[in-house]
Amino acid sequence: MYPAAFEYHAPASVREALGLLGQYKDDAKLLAGGHSLVPMMKLRLAQPKHLIDLKKIPGLSYIKEDGGAIAIGAMTTHWQVESSALLKQKCPVLSETAAVIGDPAVRNLGTIGGSLAHADPAADMPATIIAHGAEFVCEGPKGRRTVKVDDWFLGLMSTAVKEDELLVEVRVPLWAGKTGGAYLKFPHPASRFAVVGAAAVVTLDGAGKCTKAGVGITGAGIKAVRARDVEAGLVGKNLDQATIEAAAAKAAEGVDVQADLQGSVEYKSHLCRVFARRALEAAVKRARG
Amino acid sequence: MKLPVKMTINGQTTSHEVEPRLLLVHYIRENVGLTGTHVGCDTSQCGACTILMNGQAVKACNLFAVQADGASIQTIEGLAKNGELHPIQQGFWEKHGLQCGFCTPGMIMAACQLLERYPTPTEEQIRHQLEGNLCRCTGYHNIVKAIQWAAETMAAKK
Ligand SMILES: Cc1cc2nc3c(=O)[nH]c(=O)nc-3n(C[C@H](O)[C@H](O)[C@H](O)COP(=O)(O)OP(=O)(O)OC[C@H]3O[C@@H](n4cnc5c(N)ncnc54)[C@H](O)[C@@H]3O)c2cc1C
Ligand code: FES
Ligand code: FES
Repeated sequence: MYPAAFEYHAPASVREALGLLGQYKDDAKLLAGGHSLVPMMKLRLAQPKHLIDLKKIPGLSYIKEDGGAIAIGAMTTHWQVESSALLKQKCPVLSETAAVIGDPAVRNLGTIGGSLAHADPAADMPATIIAHGAEFVCEGPKGRRTVKVDDWFLGLMSTAVKEDELLVEVRVPLWAGKTGGAYLKFPHPASRFAVVGAAAVVTLDGAGKCTKAGVGITGAGIKAVRARDVEAGLVGKNLDQATIEAAAAKAAEGVDVQADLQGSVEYKSHLCRVFARRALEAAVKRARG
Repeated sequence: MKLPVKMTINGQTTSHEVEPRLLLVHYIRENVGLTGTHVGCDTSQCGACTILMNGQAVKACNLFAVQADGASIQTIEGLAKNGELHPIQQGFWEKHGLQCGFCTPGMIMAACQLLERYPTPTEEQIRHQLEGNLCRCTGYHNIVKAIQWAAETMAAKK
């Protein structure tokens, strides 16, 4: 399959990339790992006249500790996230999430920035990023701005990054105290995308009471969402099995669950509850250590 | 507008002028004439087109040739040395890891990366690492055995 013809640009800096975006506007598309965009171009669902490849821009691929957070460059690949010693030690759920995206070849080229900018409703990383309360750094002609994760996912494949901006960094707050997390999904048997996926991060105080909880759900609706009702059922409580089950029972509330080829609304809502419970059980076990 | 691309494929430098929309797999097969890399699904699902780019397994049907400008590429044709099969190729022979053979070049290139990252893989690791490569014939069991055979042979040679 051949995509429609386009002009290829490989800028050497963010500034140059922003210049090209400003020049070609709607006719341009940014290219990161190409593992969402290229298939769409081959099917001619996307026909950009100009493709701006971010791969040759130095300094967009890194994982480092920076002021109470782990900063991850937008062009960092899923494999780099999966295999990062720093993340495995400080934020293991990110590595574990990256490790179940697609297959090794997809992870070698697909990027965290591409995944979060593309916002596929069945993508894995959005759930984990929501559970961690991450932040996004975008760069545009007027400089950089930070967007909170709750303001990031706007709708079906739509995010807060503006047309004249690049997502340049994702910032994940460091875990404090007794914290544990997990991401679990029911994978589509062919594509490995999440039919439903749930991420949970919980923090406990010395007495074992939950002081903070983040729960993200992906796959079920048109975009990944924070499961607020589940979180509310956890904070301030001792996370025994009954509490976890009662909280997880609300996992489909606030999710605009969509029926599709993978299942009915009822079935996918059920998966939300089951995977939220399993993710919470695993997270609490880890937080207790 | 055509663009110049230059890359090293199995140790040999190639350069051509190509349209930006030319896929890397077609560049390798049609411009360079190495037809060991197959096109199966053409939708980045099956892994028949897997090659190594700068040492990493990638699906060549999901990349443009211009993205590989300057890269070092390895295809199935580059594995055997002086007429001697690579241990992974030998493993597929020994353990009957193929039937029609269509998926085999991609399987073997994926296995190269697998054994580089996990030199003594468990069966579960082998199966997880091959999730991007589909085989419609073998049922995978003999492919797993072939890779186990290769891992043991490569470890013994070290
Ligand atoms: C066979 C297959 C299986 C897959 N399975 C899974 C799976 O199980 N789970 C999963 O989560 N994903 C899966 N994916 C998707 C994969 O993770 C993609 O890599 C990812 O969604 C997009 O990242 P990319 O770097 O490839 O982005 P691209 O495809 O290059 O770009 C995607 C979109 O984001 C925009 N964009 C990219 N980078 C930026 C940036 N820095 N700033 C602003 N906009 C940007 C692009 O313009 C484009 O519109 C799969 C893909 C394939 C091909
Ligand atoms: S032909 Fe490339 S993945 Fe199937
Ligand atoms: S041997 Fe026929 S597809 Fe694998």
